Amino acid sequence: MQYIWAIPLLPGLGALVNGLVGVRVFSRRTAGLVACTAMGAALALSLVAFWQLLGLPAEMRSYDVVVAQWIPSIASATSDGARAALQVPWGFRLDPLSAMMLLVVTGIGTLIHVYSTAYMHDEPRGGVARFFCYLNLFCFFMLLLVLGSNVLVMFVGWEGVGLCSYLLIGYWYEKPSAGDAGKKAFITNRIGDWGFILGIFLLFWTFGTLDFVSIQRAASAMPIETGHFGVLSVIALLLFVGATGKSAQIPLFVWLPDAMEGPTPVSALIHAATMVTAGVYMLGRNAVLFSHAPMVLQIVAVVGVLTAFLAATIGLVQNDIKRVLAYSTVSQLGYMFTAVGVGAFSAGAFHLMTHAFFKALLFLGSGSVIHAMAGEQDMRRMGALKRHLPVTFATMTIGALAIAGIPPLAGFFSKDEILFRAFEANKFIWVLAVLTAFMTAFYMFRLVALTFLGAYRGPAWQGDAHGDRAVAGVDAHGHGAWHGPHESPRAMTLPLQLLAAGAVLAGFVGIPAALGGGNAIEHFLAPSFAVAGVHETAGPTGSPGVELGLMLFSVLVAAAGIGLAWKLYVADPEMSERLATRFASAHRLLSRKYYVDEFYNATFISGTMASGRALWTFDRRVVDGFVNGASWVTMFGSWLSGLTDRAVVDGLVNGIGNRLQQASYTIRRLQTGLVQNYAMLMLFGVFAFVSLYLFVR
Amino acid sequence: MITPTHYLLLSMALFTIGLAGVMTRRNIIIVFMSIELMLNAVNINLVAYSAQVQNLVGQVFAIFVIAVAAAEAAVGLGILLAFYRNKETVNIDEMNLMKW
Amino acid sequence: MAEAIAFYVLAACILGFAVLVVTAKNPVHSVVFLVLDFLCVAALYVTLGAEFVAAIQVLVYAGGIVVLYLFVVMLVNVKRPPEAFRAGGRHATLGLALAGAVLVEAAAIAVWSRLSPAAPASAAQTLPVSGNTEQVGWLLYTSYLVPFEVASMLLLVAMVGAIVLARKES
Repeated sequence: MQYIWAIPLLPGLGALVNGLVGVRVFSRRTAGLVACTAMGAALALSLVAFWQLLGLPAEMRSYDVVVAQWIPSIASATSDGARAALQVPWGFRLDPLSAMMLLVVTGIGTLIHVYSTAYMHDEPRGGVARFFCYLNLFCFFMLLLVLGSNVLVMFVGWEGVGLCSYLLIGYWYEKPSAGDAGKKAFITNRIGDWGFILGIFLLFWTFGTLDFVSIQRAASAMPIETGHFGVLSVIALLLFVGATGKSAQIPLFVWLPDAMEGPTPVSALIHAATMVTAGVYMLGRNAVLFSHAPMVLQIVAVVGVLTAFLAATIGLVQNDIKRVLAYSTVSQLGYMFTAVGVGAFSAGAFHLMTHAFFKALLFLGSGSVIHAMAGEQDMRRMGALKRHLPVTFATMTIGALAIAGIPPLAGFFSKDEILFRAFEANKFIWVLAVLTAFMTAFYMFRLVALTFLGAYRGPAWQGDAHGDRAVAGVDAHGHGAWHGPHESPRAMTLPLQLLAAGAVLAGFVGIPAALGGGNAIEHFLAPSFAVAGVHETAGPTGSPGVELGLMLFSVLVAAAGIGLAWKLYVADPEMSERLATRFASAHRLLSRKYYVDEFYNATFISGTMASGRALWTFDRRVVDGFVNGASWVTMFGSWLSGLTDRAVVDGLVNGIGNRLQQASYTIRRLQTGLVQNYAMLMLFGVFAFVSLYLFVR
Repeated sequence: MITPTHYLLLSMALFTIGLAGVMTRRNIIIVFMSIELMLNAVNINLVAYSAQVQNLVGQVFAIFVIAVAAAEAAVGLGILLAFYRNKETVNIDEMNLMKW
Repeated sequence: MAEAIAFYVLAACILGFAVLVVTAKNPVHSVVFLVLDFLCVAALYVTLGAEFVAAIQVLVYAGGIVVLYLFVVMLVNVKRPPEAFRAGGRHATLGLALAGAVLVEAAAIAVWSRLSPAAPASAAQTLPVSGNTEQVGWLLYTSYLVPFEVASMLLLVAMVGAIVLARKES
């Protein structure tokens, strides 16, 4: 357990090797091997650490390791004037919650790495190494986030996964849409991070420390801020803003559907199982803090359930297989936040774990389908793939059942726990959640039906038994003409099967008391949400009977959803078309995602661009105007002085010269050259003197 | 009684006549001769006053004036001849090379 | 009495001949009148008791200078009369008037300002010799030796100059 710091380090090393060396030298196989080995080693270490943790008694399941000092000490003060020193170590903490997350990240991460070796084998050699480098880097940051013992280390991981998400979404950077999607993800995350950072500042300002345990301990001593917004509520709200960015809640969910531009393993790992759950995890880490801010928890629950509902409505009419899954992710994340919002932290964490299994399974399965269909992602051009892709079909159906909440699969237990707690807390939330569950079941089976059942609607291929329709230029991964959909290689199907097993079995750790189980996971996770044995998070208060009744009701709802999907897409396909035309405006509203992107574009984006343009105009007109004006003034002044010099000064000088010249023209005529004239002038003088003498004397 | 004033008036009149000749005549030789008249007028004055004051300085001075007049006449006529050789004229109006 | 008559007659001759010199058309006539003028002046010197000066006057002036003038007049035997060309802007009459004015004024000054020489304060000089020529000679060779020598130098230079100026370019 003392080597938990090595768990993030291994994928980090893998990223370094692949990034520095692999891009230049490694073959595809070597790059994949390096990455998978790193992840596998991390998984092994995680299992060992988990085993060791289980060996400890429940109250003592918290193990700290400090690797180095990051910020040794910066003198500062807190809000009450007390002196505090900002001291941040590179610390890692292993406790139940982080252990669970550890297993999820490393386990599912390893499976996805293995899957990617087959999925990405069409890419150029350097590109494959780059991909695995980014993927390992992502796991490094995610593990840092999970294991961090203080807010700042978690924040490093937080930012890092945002960066890797950008890198991986925009992996095919030659595609402008991929680049735009990457930027959109990063920028939207950044807006959330703004709130997170302010929350960190306020945390330090209030508590004088950034260590999670210390914060929770200090927070538990403060009064619960029922009905008003105290400092704890403000902190909690700011942290929740960060979570909305990372976990794609309203209003910052718009990046997740666009993130499907990235390769499917990326979507599976990052946008299903791990990164998007970081927000839930962060809230779970600060459970005590949030428990002391009931107003904020209310906000969390409302935002969560609204997001769940909204995303599900959009998912009903999407035609891209990955988009459906993306909105489904947003919706399920909403469920997790709803759970946190009603105080059921461990239920939210439980759903996080089960969701990781079946969502990753669904994404990887869709990747398998896309791979088989040579890049086709539109479900309207699929169909009847059941007999071509049997393994994929089986595993995806399991995943769909799981997410729909059919017992005894994993989703049933986790989702039901949430619905039960929601019912106890707020009936209105429960109604929305149930409706969302209905829609979830419906659109997941719509997906299954359109993809695997019914009639085949895709392009033809050589050797097609249905006749010689022209091959529509479909190129099956560089192998020349497409030979039709076929099952994926072992490297891809094995992870699918393993994940399916997980989707089936994972639920059994959380069998609630009403069904006779011990709800092991709740008890396992409870110490993480409490402080020193004081159980802050409220447990279920209702009677088992209500719980059983609700369980039954939700199963019926799920079944109804599945049934409706069967009716519309398998039994009577034309009916869906007719309904679409009958409710055309509603259909359009949903398929345009409530015009949220357009709204954001028109307001925030355009506003920012417009203000940027305005400032540019200001710079051009006013600032440059000043500068140019100053230069104009200078030039004018110089012209003026030049004019003065020419007109006045030169005029004076030239004038004098001209006068002198004219005078000389006149005077030189005295020089007649006639001697007698000169003599006469002398005589004049004599005459003058004599006259003078005569008349004066 | 002939006073020196008479001689003075005489010399002034002679001087004026010489002056008139210098001012009016166009022939340069006549002009030179007029200048000699002026010099003579001066000499008359000198000698007259020398006789008046019974001092021979005046006469000595007159002798020197005569000597200088001779020298001047020689050189002046030499110049005139040189000029005549170049310009073929003794009209003083045509001797205006120093004109502006 | 006789002195007065001699003076007036000589004065009239002098002035008359002078006028004739200035107004004669023929330059040779001018020269002749000049000679006569000089002789009258010499006579005047004699009446003043300056015999030596009178002799010098006749020798140098009438004998030397006038001959020189005569030679030159002969040499400069112009084909066209010199009076042919009149330059504008000569204002000859103005010069004449000015000269007359000066004369009048000076005469006025002379007559009415009672110019009289100072009493012979510088007492009549006593020289060891007697007779005008001897006395002048004595002065020339004693008191005024340097000017005498300089004058002779001047005459030498003038002679050289005149020869240089007047000789033909060979």
